[in-house]
Amino acid sequence: MNKEFVKFDKVDKSYDGKILVVKDLQLDIEEGEFVTMLGPSGSGKTTCLMMLAGFETPTHGEIYLNGKAISSIPPHKRGIGMVFQNYALFPHMTVYENLAFPLRVRKIPKDEADKKIDKALSMVSLQGFADRMPGQLSGGQQQRVAVARSLVFDPQLVLMDEPLGALDKNLRESMQYEIKHIHESIGVTVVYVTHDQSEALTMSNRIAVFNDGKVQQLSSPDELYEKPVNSFVAEFIGENNTFAGEVSDISGGKCKVKIDNAEILANPISVKSKGEKTKISLRPERALINPSNKMDNIHSGKIEEVIYHGDHTRVRINLLGNNQFILKVPNSSANMDIKLGKDIKIGWNSDDARALDPK
Amino acid sequence: MSSETNQILTTDGIPLEVSLKKAERRNKIKAFLLVAPLLLFLLITYVFPIGDMLMRSIDDKMVTEMLPKTFKAMEKWDGKELPEEEVFKAFYLDFRQLVDEKREGKLSTQLNYTKNGFKSIIKKLRRKSKSFEEGNYKEQIMAVHKRWADVEYWKAIKRRAPAITGQKYLKGMDMYKNESGEIVSVAEDRRIHRILWLRTLEIAFFVTLFCFLMAYPIAHLLATLPMKYSNLLMICVLLPFWTSLLVRTASWMILLQQQGVVNDFFVWIGLVADNARPEMMYNKTGTYVAMTQILLPFMVLPLYSVMKTISPSLMRAGKSLGGTPIVAFWKVYFPLTIPGIGAGCLLCFILAIGYYITPALVGGASGTLISNQIAFHMKSTLDWSFASAMGLMLLTGVLAIYWVYNKLVGIDNIKLG
Repeated sequence: MNKEFVKFDKVDKSYDGKILVVKDLQLDIEEGEFVTMLGPSGSGKTTCLMMLAGFETPTHGEIYLNGKAISSIPPHKRGIGMVFQNYALFPHMTVYENLAFPLRVRKIPKDEADKKIDKALSMVSLQGFADRMPGQLSGGQQQRVAVARSLVFDPQLVLMDEPLGALDKNLRESMQYEIKHIHESIGVTVVYVTHDQSEALTMSNRIAVFNDGKVQQLSSPDELYEKPVNSFVAEFIGENNTFAGEVSDISGGKCKVKIDNAEILANPISVKSKGEKTKISLRPERALINPSNKMDNIHSGKIEEVIYHGDHTRVRINLLGNNQFILKVPNSSANMDIKLGKDIKIGWNSDDARALDPK
Repeated sequence: MSSETNQILTTDGIPLEVSLKKAERRNKIKAFLLVAPLLLFLLITYVFPIGDMLMRSIDDKMVTEMLPKTFKAMEKWDGKELPEEEVFKAFYLDFRQLVDEKREGKLSTQLNYTKNGFKSIIKKLRRKSKSFEEGNYKEQIMAVHKRWADVEYWKAIKRRAPAITGQKYLKGMDMYKNESGEIVSVAEDRRIHRILWLRTLEIAFFVTLFCFLMAYPIAHLLATLPMKYSNLLMICVLLPFWTSLLVRTASWMILLQQQGVVNDFFVWIGLVADNARPEMMYNKTGTYVAMTQILLPFMVLPLYSVMKTISPSLMRAGKSLGGTPIVAFWKVYFPLTIPGIGAGCLLCFILAIGYYITPALVGGASGTLISNQIAFHMKSTLDWSFASAMGLMLLTGVLAIYWVYNKLVGIDNIKLG
């Protein structure tokens, strides 16, 4: 497998000559991989996708596709499939004609094209819809046609620009699995852009978290969640409890962080020496109530709010001066005594408390 | 099951349909009253004048009213041989009546339209008829002039019996009904109307074509440029729209005349010699140039409004799927603009076909349209019925184009904005 199937090499992009929307982007995508570009709006992820598709030119740097520099190749010669945010189905053509478009421009004979179209339609389970107009289809069906159209000419690479943004929640979830399964079954390389982190976590092999024109972290979904490398990623992906403080001691793979009057034992990720400012990140499910004595951080706080969520209860606690500290408590009979205003003990392992940049 | 058991009743037992109608009635009346002034306005200013025009164009009761007894007597006449004494007597009585009212001149004019040669024999008849004796009017009238003994002249009178006529319409197509009642074309050197109709269609067609060719890129630019530029461009498109038609036409006259700006420029850059300045006005060229400029906004606006709704991602999709920019444009973008093209072309063509002021001012002899001919008959010859007939023919033509367009493209596909 080609490790550098798609390669962004020191790519900069500016629209107005004043602000860089993409800064010194370095990104390698492996062949057959499902990579998601995740980030808030304006973070430069869509711009990256458009540069890859050929609709925007890099201001500086080069993009390689399968070893070839593609900056000077026009979009229609790149052979990249693309699914657009609003589907971009041709409204005056039937589903069949939409799918036949990329085959016709490639002058593929009709019988062969028909086979490919049948295959692509069955892949998205839309057999029998060939003669419908896009306007007669529901949003989900249109989306599937768009996916089928982007795959029908067997591209090596498919780009998807927030393709599920316009669908409702249930449909979005089922389409996520469908796209994931299509990717697994045909092994095409997919670059997917979204601002929905759960979508990214569900579908991707790797996720590139974008912020401020830069890739903040590129890693697998579990690593991204468990081991964020900076405060932005920690806060952008999933829920997060934070404590801002100053390193008072650092030794043996652990550090002590001073917060107001208390001290927290933490895992030094981006702090190197004593006196540095830091922000500690702790996932809500890693902090437990009624902790065992083995945990090396045990503090007590006051319950400020209790929100019932069915399978679990979210508890907001005022802990060490942070009154936004969130706990997720499973609903079991052992935890029935959580009441508003009560003081409880909370503990966690120092490994899970990651001391990151102060941001 | 009977229908009665199926009827749904409201809680107080009234059938649902009745109840619904009652509930909606107030709103319906209100809605009707709101549109009533406009409806009335349309009726008065549109339906009524067109109806009046139609009546005028086929109206031919002048002679019918002048010779009531004659036509009554002529009903039994087979029109082959000279009519019987009875007809001559009736004609004499009608004629005397007209002479008393001093209206025999009008009769001679009218009959002369139908057949040449009536003027002099009617004059003669008026002089002689004063001394006619009672009885045997046939002999006495035939003795006035030999044409009165010619059956063709009596046939000509009979042709004027109906109170309505399609003669004006035939005239509009350079045709007429000859003595034997056949519809034939006028002599070739007198066919002016056919030339005008064809020229009108030709000019309307080419003006529409030029407008389309110029407006398409402009509209595309308008729809795709960033807001600040497109607003400026939009003002440039609309500015002539807000200027008086007369002013615009007059400015074209200044530009196009032989000592005008355009010719001066051509001479200055050496394109033409000073003594061989081309005539760009008072001919078709002038009409083409001025009408294209004046009708351009009518093409730009519908195209723009359609192009504005076409998502740029469609062109991108076309390109990403492997279509060259030209293929993507031709297969994706262009078909989506057809509703705008249809609306723009229909609008331009219909406006062009009835255009008056511009061709009248810059068209000269070879650049005038049928509307100028209509105006000529309204103002100069005062043949209002002929003008009405041609106006209605124009209207019918426009409706026909509309119908063809509806068959070809479908009127529902039109988008005016």
